[in-house]
Amino acid sequence: MTTTMSPPAAGVSTSRRSMRQTIENRDGLTMAAPITLIVTAIIIVPILWTVLLSFQEARYSDVARNGLFNDLTLANYIDTVTAPGFWSSISTTVTYTVATTAGSIVVGFIAALALRDAFPARGAVRAAMLLPYVAPVVAAAYVWTVILDPQYGVVNAIGTRVLGWEEPVNFLGSAPLALTTVIAFEVWRYFPFAFMFFAAALTGLSREVEEAAVVDGATPVQRLWYVILPQMLPVIALLSLLRLVMTFNKFDDIYLLTGGAAGTQVAAVRVYEQLVGSGDIGAASANAVVLALILAAGLLVYTRITRRQEQR
Amino acid sequence: MSTTPFRFRWLGLLRWVVIAALVVGAVFPFYYMIMMSFVRIEDLLRNPLQLVPDLTAISAETYRRVLAPEDEGGFGFARFMRNSAFVASGATVLTMLLAVPASYAMTRLRFAGRRQISALFLAVYMFPTIIIAVPIFVGFQVLGLGSSLPGLTVAYVALTVPVCVHMLRSYMQSIPESIDEAAHLDGAGRWQVLMRITIPLSMPTLMSTALFAFMIAWNEFLFALLFLTAKKDLWTVSLGLNLLSDGQEVPKTILMAGSVLLTVPIVALYSVAERYLTEGLTAGASKG
Repeated sequence: MTTTMSPPAAGVSTSRRSMRQTIENRDGLTMAAPITLIVTAIIIVPILWTVLLSFQEARYSDVARNGLFNDLTLANYIDTVTAPGFWSSISTTVTYTVATTAGSIVVGFIAALALRDAFPARGAVRAAMLLPYVAPVVAAAYVWTVILDPQYGVVNAIGTRVLGWEEPVNFLGSAPLALTTVIAFEVWRYFPFAFMFFAAALTGLSREVEEAAVVDGATPVQRLWYVILPQMLPVIALLSLLRLVMTFNKFDDIYLLTGGAAGTQVAAVRVYEQLVGSGDIGAASANAVVLALILAAGLLVYTRITRRQEQR
Repeated sequence: MSTTPFRFRWLGLLRWVVIAALVVGAVFPFYYMIMMSFVRIEDLLRNPLQLVPDLTAISAETYRRVLAPEDEGGFGFARFMRNSAFVASGATVLTMLLAVPASYAMTRLRFAGRRQISALFLAVYMFPTIIIAVPIFVGFQVLGLGSSLPGLTVAYVALTVPVCVHMLRSYMQSIPESIDEAAHLDGAGRWQVLMRITIPLSMPTLMSTALFAFMIAWNEFLFALLFLTAKKDLWTVSLGLNLLSDGQEVPKTILMAGSVLLTVPIVALYSVAERYLTEGLTAGASKG
């Protein structure tokens, strides 16, 4: 236990060592306790409470009056899974998550490749490309809704006056298109994130193998496909995992762009509507728990697949 | 072999096209935002195609109106900015006070429950916000913390702490432990080592972590929406911008000025610390 902290002097008695161990234990607990208590209080307890609430027929008044003690029931779960909108919201969420993750990784990778070799002002270009990621989501979403607005948005102005569209396109308000638009927005916002990871990985890549490949007559495409891409697989795997998890529960972006209308109701927006719109805490909690379970199942499958890939 | 140089040239051109497209794509919305915030709404409606403002017609009137309090005919963004600044700095300070000693303890000290605490943070780090939002919202309402800035600050700590612990830990692991041991031999206690050695050595990472925490809290929207919608006095900039844009009564150019006010502090902070932030992020953090 004391391997790294053991004193270099040889003749230290066991009792002194165990006293040091006691002090170390006490210091460690003092330093880590406050944050652990807070995380427990504002994350762990709420999660457990969600699970409890999901088994209760609870609305605001019930929670305020009876606290934790409402009758237990499975009704919320049955209602959740049989509700007409539930499965369509799950399939929308999956489409949105997978398309966004894949899109942002592909664009981020292309960006990192384009910026790989130094050129004047590369630093400035790199900083500019991170803007969509650091900017507040409310401001970014708002400016895009104005840009895409059918009446005074610049995109439709260009489309109708310059490109000769017959009528303005309602990018965020009409059914199949809205989801595509939202996915495009999300790719725009998160490609810089993938870009940062790829840029870091490309910097660490040894150029020798690539130069050897070029000497052997490999075309640029072959070099990319057989030399660079295989070395990027760990980064791609990490990014896919992170983006899939984060996007699956994404609320802000879709709520701000469409409010969940026009075929873009993802699961997180649905939970919000149950919670605030209908005040049905029990249903919202059950929906949230089902979401967490689907996510956990997805993660399990993911780790299985990646492990099998590694073994190959 | 003869095709290779030709392909290279073709690729070189393609590369510049890609770079140009990416830069325009990333920057244009922000350019548009700034431009729109200086034009009058009549000019926008008359000519939506205008991408370069008529320099004789620009005015900062939108900013005066968006910042002014409501009783002076404005939209109260000065107050929203104070609220956002309060919540974001409060959450950042609290997070750092809690996360720094904990990260140190988790990388350096062997104590009972260390492994369990590390696992707890990893689990929480991957946990979706929308799921904890429901009970936090209900719980804070029951406790009477629901519609208050301190309540929101505490909720933000929950969002920032896991990422920050993650970033700090991966950095502190890279500081050689022999430095600590040398200080111990010189008679320094645990807290002295932390204050005098580990913190100064981790300064760049501390800065980027604090910046990241501030960014998360300043940009956050869902909790603000759940907690503060009913209390206009307490709105943050994000919430104010969203709720005012829902109605038809506020002109778009005013809201564009509001968007600029929401974005500028973050971009300013980010431009100061871009390099640290990029390094810190790719070293581990990822929420957002």
